[in-house]
Amino acid sequence: MTRITDSKRASRDLNVDQHREMLRRMLRIRLFEERAASLRSRLVGAMHNSVGQEAEIVGACMAVRDDDYMTGNHRSHGHPIGKGVALAPLMAELFGKQTGLCHGRGGSMHLAAFSAGSLGESGIVGSLMPVAVGAGLSSRLRGTDQVCLCFFGDGAANCGPFHESLNLAAIWGLPVIFLCENNGYALFTPQTRTTSVIDIAKRACAYNIPGVVADGQDVLAVYDCVAAAVARARSGEGPTLIEAKTYRYCEHQEFGEEFQAPRYRSEAEVAAWRKRDPIELFVNDLIGRALLSRAEVEQMRAAVEAEVEGAVVFADSSAVPEPDALMEYLYC
Amino acid sequence: MPQITYLEAAKSAIVAAMRRDPHVFVMGEDVQGFYYSDVLQEFGPERIRDTPISEAGFIGAGIGAALTGMRPVIEAAFSTFLYSAMDQIVNQAAKSRYMFGGQASVPIVVRSSVAYGAGLAAHHSDRPWGIFAQIPGLKIIVPTTPYDIKGLLKTAIDDNNPVLCFEDAALGEVSGEVPDHEYQVPFGAADTKRVGSDVTVVAIAGCVDRSLQAARVLEHESISVEVIDPRTLVPLDRGAIVQSVRKTGRLVVVDPAPGMCSVASEIAALVSEEAFAYLRAPVQRLTAPDVPVPFSPQLEGVMYPTAEGIAAAVRATCNYSRRNPTAACAPAPLPAALR
Repeated sequence: MTRITDSKRASRDLNVDQHREMLRRMLRIRLFEERAASLRSRLVGAMHNSVGQEAEIVGACMAVRDDDYMTGNHRSHGHPIGKGVALAPLMAELFGKQTGLCHGRGGSMHLAAFSAGSLGESGIVGSLMPVAVGAGLSSRLRGTDQVCLCFFGDGAANCGPFHESLNLAAIWGLPVIFLCENNGYALFTPQTRTTSVIDIAKRACAYNIPGVVADGQDVLAVYDCVAAAVARARSGEGPTLIEAKTYRYCEHQEFGEEFQAPRYRSEAEVAAWRKRDPIELFVNDLIGRALLSRAEVEQMRAAVEAEVEGAVVFADSSAVPEPDALMEYLYC
Repeated sequence: MPQITYLEAAKSAIVAAMRRDPHVFVMGEDVQGFYYSDVLQEFGPERIRDTPISEAGFIGAGIGAALTGMRPVIEAAFSTFLYSAMDQIVNQAAKSRYMFGGQASVPIVVRSSVAYGAGLAAHHSDRPWGIFAQIPGLKIIVPTTPYDIKGLLKTAIDDNNPVLCFEDAALGEVSGEVPDHEYQVPFGAADTKRVGSDVTVVAIAGCVDRSLQAARVLEHESISVEVIDPRTLVPLDRGAIVQSVRKTGRLVVVDPAPGMCSVASEIAALVSEEAFAYLRAPVQRLTAPDVPVPFSPQLEGVMYPTAEGIAAAVRATCNYSRRNPTAACAPAPLPAALR
């Protein structure tokens, strides 16, 4: 498997503002999701949070351009936030309001923000991987240098679309970055019981493309890997499979006690991962390198908290969709 | 006007669209070597794109391309192969626009051949338009003439919604007059193939021609049959069907697909809701039985509506009497074991 060497570390060229923006987006994901989870008594449906996985999301999203494409999955809020989408319409979507990102038709699992290149999240595991290949094909056929960042989980690596997508992108040399967010569990089942390999990136060999393992709790490490893959993709060298080893602190999904399986992982395991919290790691790094002071971090956190509260107020005070508009958006 | 075959007419619509719009491209298994070999040099392998046998992959890729500005025409070969891409068609193509609150449009056309009655047995012989008619967000066309397929495919390629085109393989080599220039046949506009006053026959795919044959036989028996080809099943020209039945008072629906929850059932229900007071006989459905397609020609041969069977159903409908309903209404023209 490919390793990123020091000389290829694109994060060395990031300026102070870019570092701060990375932290801001990580905080926005965490505080948005923690607040959304706190609203469980007021919201319906399912909500799959990614608290603990912020580094791999933001590291990847910061390595692509605003006009690049992105697809996601059911663990869905982090991706659009990582791509820079505003929090208010995102929160309003969780409330099912007309002002929501998808006007209340999609909800938590089916977010999209086409203006930000987000082609959708999906309630079906692996389902958007072929769609991501198509976005890459479209870039090729239209003669642009846009790439598509395709997020998927370790669970998706065992379903057919994963294999069909890697093969198609490989034979056609398409600009797709397959980013496996390996949090170790497909629902409640550990990867060791579901998957033939420990490193999913190894499967890249089968498709004759580079496979890279990244420390998913280190935002700059993920950024470096994705930036290298993006450079490859833009220059016509084809797709890359990147596996970010990460962890979700939260349960598979937030709502519904009946869906929680209490004994599928140990408290010690969760505690061990919390010791390598991606936000804390990055804050310490930034302070250590004097790119940010502790006070500035707290300021930023307070500002993001205010933004999240503003999003809740916006969502709460927004109008619900009109029942008469049930059929709207079905056909063009 | 030049005479060309159904399959030539279909290709001429796609080739014209590709010449007009660089966003239109074709993707499917072996498209370069066979159907599009004569235009491969003109468009090149990027736009006449061979795929692996990977339906979920390349239909999904078509959806992704459509979401980002392209207008793919997918060649899916047999209609049963669509099942391998069911998640892509149902969960992504059909739902994206709605789920994402109108942000997305998925201008993709998926063509597939419906090759029943050809000894291909259960895995290549389905008539699955009824399955997909249950999926809001898709449009479904079933062209039956060379003229219609050229015009309907142009409309499909120009449409910003996902369109499934089901092509009865029995029609592939049928010739008809087709203009050289591009033209549209609109969606949701049925074609009244024959005007009549006693019975309305609504027929789908290859059953249209068999219904016309039956109508010609019945003419000699002084039974006047109106034959309607809906041409597009989603959207369905409900008005044309209801209007016709209000005139004739009788309806026979002929659909080579299995009857359970079929398009034939939908049309029967529509008429019972909107033309009940005009009906002089129960609506009859002539469909395939609810069974996988068997291999043996002796078994498959009795499955689909025939011209004789359609004529018998029309006669029975005309002979129906409220005073003696069971005696007058003849059984559907299938062996008892298949009913």
